Amino acid sequence: LHIVVLLKAVPIVGNERLDDGYRTQRTQLEANGNDEYVLEKALKLTEAGGDVSLLTMGPAGATDALRKALAMGATRAYHVQDDALAEACLRQTIDVLTAAVKKLEFDLLFCGADTSDGQGGVVAPALAARLGLPYLSYASEIEPGEGTVRVHRLSPTGYDVLEASTPALVMGTQVLGEPRYPSLRGIMQARSKEVTTWSLADLGIDPATVGEATVTTRVLGKEAPPQRSGATILKGAPEEVVAQTVDFLAQRRLI
Amino acid sequence: MGGIWAVGEVGGGQPTRLTLELATLARQLAESGGAEARSVVIGGDAAAAAAEVAAFGPDVLAVEAAGEGRPAAATVASHLAALVAERSPDIVLLGATPDGKDVAGALMALSDLPILVNAAGVDWSEGRPQVEMSTFGGRLLTSSTFSGARGIVLVRPATVTAEVAATPGSVETVTVQAQQLPEVRVTERVEEAGAGVSIEEARTIVGGGRGVASPDGFRLIEDLAEALGGAVGATRAVVDAGWIGYGQQIGQTGKIVKPSLYIACGISGAIQHKVGVQTAGTIVAINKDPDAPIAEFADLVVIGDLFEIVPKLTEAVRARTTGTA
Repeated sequence: LHIVVLLKAVPIVGNERLDDGYRTQRTQLEANGNDEYVLEKALKLTEAGGDVSLLTMGPAGATDALRKALAMGATRAYHVQDDALAEACLRQTIDVLTAAVKKLEFDLLFCGADTSDGQGGVVAPALAARLGLPYLSYASEIEPGEGTVRVHRLSPTGYDVLEASTPALVMGTQVLGEPRYPSLRGIMQARSKEVTTWSLADLGIDPATVGEATVTTRVLGKEAPPQRSGATILKGAPEEVVAQTVDFLAQRRLI
Repeated sequence: MGGIWAVGEVGGGQPTRLTLELATLARQLAESGGAEARSVVIGGDAAAAAAEVAAFGPDVLAVEAAGEGRPAAATVASHLAALVAERSPDIVLLGATPDGKDVAGALMALSDLPILVNAAGVDWSEGRPQVEMSTFGGRLLTSSTFSGARGIVLVRPATVTAEVAATPGSVETVTVQAQQLPEVRVTERVEEAGAGVSIEEARTIVGGGRGVASPDGFRLIEDLAEALGGAVGATRAVVDAGWIGYGQQIGQTGKIVKPSLYIACGISGAIQHKVGVQTAGTIVAINKDPDAPIAEFADLVVIGDLFEIVPKLTEAVRARTTGTA
């Protein structure tokens, strides 16, 4: 069983910055939280046999996130890294990831539900459609079979059981389970694990087709969100503060 | 043919509230930009839902698509891609829900359209949509547009208020030859929870955090939500503890919501939770710790023991709504 896990190195939540040219910071990155859930599931599923490859597209600063994921137990990593990708739009990102995935052979391709920076949640379905892979999303459970995969897809009232043949793309959620911490042994082993770096040329992509010239979306401006004017604080006997809360809500026509 | 399309979601024969918001948004953009607005409803019960969507202004294209045994998003995506290929709308608005995101991603690949995600506001300027996006969990607002004339915009719930139009639109039933996506079968649909108010659609949400201490403590949260006619939300700690399902989780790896009222009970307000709810209209925090970070983004902070305050608040709300106060 070979599982490829798509992993994105994102700015540490709460510590993100955009420079004056609207470019995201490219250092102090960590593995996207939702990606670690599917990585954990991939590691569990391959315990009885098989291996897990990581695939990321990102700057040099993504290496730390890859090393941590290798320390958790992934077998190897592929890192698509090219200066021309610095400010890639979503469509360019999909183009590049499609080309990278095509270089790999696998049974299952795992993606996290979305990333903490963009919160789009569209890379997984777009990749599946581009690659012609069956797409099983919002997984709370993943069961590989012989040439098939079965997934529980969360629905508003429970879950749907989905089945498809492999290779397939599975997008998973936090419900799959808490990711493990790397062990000391894992950290030591990760140092010698192979990280293959691919440039755009390695993927057969002309850098001129993914840079600034072909970007499909543009940032026009940025601003800090409006701040709330400061909270009213209520303290005192429960009956009193409840009465005041009800008045507050009634004044705002919320009850 | 160009124009702005609002693609709806149908659940149990009814359009979702977000569907009506998107129809309203498409109408407003069309009015300020001079383009034509359309709503699109795809599903097994499209015609019935389409009549309701039409009240919000744009003419509706209703596509009957049974999609037996397939995931709903795959059925919508394959029909929508065919319709987009046939009629070439400029802008396609979709809701930022799990199904909406699945449809948008597939449409992007099948139609080769660019996409802007996570929109918290959409205006029309110089012949193009100007999309306000909430980035880094809402700590920064950026405004973006497409390089070309066409694209998909994923719009978050409660970005606009749904308003019935003065003149309703018409409904046109259309058939398309759906594009094919690789086969995925739905072999079983399992119902676990009762279909309560979904947190994305709710105008009022009562959230519980670590401070509720136990599943029994969480009942108090559910009672208050019920009294207010709202939905129940939770932090990740509460979901991890198994007191409530992941579908109710608000925050970084859960859902982003924008209710008119959010009442946070025993929630400290860590960044991972804050990013999911900070754009709520009014935020009330009930917490025993006056220094909890939630005080920094709440409108009203009630300092005290939630086990005392929440039941009394529930009682007061019930008394008010039944007119016995």
